Amino acid sequence: MPDAPPEHLLKSCRGEPVTMLEAISEALFEEMTRDDSVFLMGEDIGVYGGAFKVTRGFLDHFGAQRVIDTPIAEGGFTGAAAGAAHMGLRPVVEMQFMDFVSPAYDVITNYIATSRYRGAGPMPLVIRGPVGGGNRGGPFHSQNVEMAFFHTPGLKIVYPSTAYDAKGLMKAAIRDDDPVIFEEHKGLYRAPALREVLPAEDYVVPLGEARMVREGRDLTVVTYGAMVHKSVEAADTLEREDGVSAEVIDLRTLLPLDEAAIVGSVKRTGKLLVVHEDTRTGGIAGEIAMRVSERAFEWLDGPVLRVTAIDAPVPYSGSLEDYFLPQIADIVTAARYLATY
Amino acid sequence: MTTAPAREAPEEFPRGLGRSNLLELYEALCVTRAAEERLEVLQKQGHVTGGLYRSLGQEAGAVGAAYALRRRTDGTGDVLAPTVRAAGAIFLFGGRLEDFFRQYMARATGPTRGREANVHWVERDKGIIGPISPLGTMLEVMAGVTLSFRLRREDRVGIVFYGDGATSTGAWHEGLNFAAVQGCPLILMVEANEWAFSTPTAKNTRVSSFTDKAPGYGIGAESVDGTDVLAVFDAVRRAAVLARAGDGVQMVEMRYFRRLGHAQHDPQEYVDRALIAQWERKDPIACFHARIVGNDWATDEELTRLQRDAVERCRAAAEQVVSEPVPEGAQAVEGVYSDVELPRPWTRLAVPDPRVA
Repeated sequence: MPDAPPEHLLKSCRGEPVTMLEAISEALFEEMTRDDSVFLMGEDIGVYGGAFKVTRGFLDHFGAQRVIDTPIAEGGFTGAAAGAAHMGLRPVVEMQFMDFVSPAYDVITNYIATSRYRGAGPMPLVIRGPVGGGNRGGPFHSQNVEMAFFHTPGLKIVYPSTAYDAKGLMKAAIRDDDPVIFEEHKGLYRAPALREVLPAEDYVVPLGEARMVREGRDLTVVTYGAMVHKSVEAADTLEREDGVSAEVIDLRTLLPLDEAAIVGSVKRTGKLLVVHEDTRTGGIAGEIAMRVSERAFEWLDGPVLRVTAIDAPVPYSGSLEDYFLPQIADIVTAARYLATY
Repeated sequence: MTTAPAREAPEEFPRGLGRSNLLELYEALCVTRAAEERLEVLQKQGHVTGGLYRSLGQEAGAVGAAYALRRRTDGTGDVLAPTVRAAGAIFLFGGRLEDFFRQYMARATGPTRGREANVHWVERDKGIIGPISPLGTMLEVMAGVTLSFRLRREDRVGIVFYGDGATSTGAWHEGLNFAAVQGCPLILMVEANEWAFSTPTAKNTRVSSFTDKAPGYGIGAESVDGTDVLAVFDAVRRAAVLARAGDGVQMVEMRYFRRLGHAQHDPQEYVDRALIAQWERKDPIACFHARIVGNDWATDEELTRLQRDAVERCRAAAEQVVSEPVPEGAQAVEGVYSDVELPRPWTRLAVPDPRVA
């Protein structure tokens, strides 16, 4: 094993800015360096370095025992991760695209998620991979999978929107004793605007804590992932053109949901708009609206509204996909409606 | 152990086993059957709330296989993933009769504290990783368990039991293929008992022996008479030697017959009675008993004493467990996460209020 880590995984150490993808690579690399029990499995992650090159250079540095190229069998290798976790290892499984996690749905929901409750002890594993649309990937390379798992007790779901959070949340997820689904929006992977200088030293972002992105007085926008950036742009437009002050909250972790952050904000602003890139029916907006109805009904000065993708498979053609996805203009329109309600 | 009369044995002790080994095997067979028969009593008394599964006619498979492995209680031994028809293997791996009954009777004192049923429990120090109900999953899980042995260079093997029905699942294939590709030290026991609930083997596969599937995975395989505890022991011992030596996954098919329904609620009307009668003549305990006595390895009295002791141990364990508590309902909110507390339903608070639940 070579002693020197690959140069491209030391940018934060050198004080250079990194993309969200590089931040995730650094998190994986640093955790594998820190803890021998952390290892990777997935399709084409070794020799090829992963479809998005998240694990480029890992095979040479850590060897084939810890960077395992698997057969194309998401159920098989995710189940194997569960077995390794039973034995005290901390596997990180890559789905080449999160759309392909569905063959592993059985073992994730029936075995992995129930494991602790069944008295089988900790289940420290991370299932990570690229999600999200906007890249003309079509129906099977663009999905958001959070709500397929949101309904399963025992899982945690993370969905970062910045390089800083992605690195800190990945480290927290790997160190967590519960199974974590970790969604990485591929549109954010190499977004130049998200490039930032991260701390050179080790840090984590705790799971289950939302982040206040932008403070505001008139209404609350609760969102996550790529929609955080669209919501902030929409909020800036509203401030500029309407004098409306919108608060934006990035959930960061979807399960467990940071209810206190949501309810606290709604109690200050009296109005709530939920924005998610995931499709509408059964989207997380429904659960958030229920929580607010239960906890803060008297504080509401308007209906809880949502901006989401339409209830369709993700279409391939750019014109269709742009219509399918929530756009900044949609968020502005909804926020205006709510602000004047 | 009692002293046996010193006589010439017509057959040498088989397969390198000593007298005490044979008696242990016989005892394990008796304990398995007695434990399951005790369950039937407990069920009639209303103590067993869920399904009740018997391994009648299959006891030798579980016992012979487990006996061939390194069974330890400090987390360094081989690891077993049983089926509901491999209770005998669990007992040999150190699983307690009391816990077996606690599981079936959903007691708070059991290893899953009433969250799960029957053999679905985990004791990692003993190397017991109980299954879940969806079939095939444990082959994936055990692929990972044995992968960890390889990664850490531990001299351990895994053994996973599955019936013939499970061989039709995608999980069975994916887990087996993954383990084979990775060269995992895993032994796959196929319980070829001719039935998957009411579905005969011919409706699950075109092959006449599950060992025919082995070349498709590039793994070793052999087929044995699953009613012969010594034959199963020997086959698994061979498989374990190969697996430990780095030869990867080994399949052992056990040919026998499920002589009772899938579970107690299944009267098995789809099975020809004559066929069952035919397999009754191959009862693994009766056959082993006759062989031991016929070869003067031990006396009928010794075996009878072991059998009676097994029945008494099961009776006493069951009696103790009957008196143990079931969980408090509110404990249902505990233990879903390592660090997240679930709220209790607001309607069950002293002062019901949805805002504070």
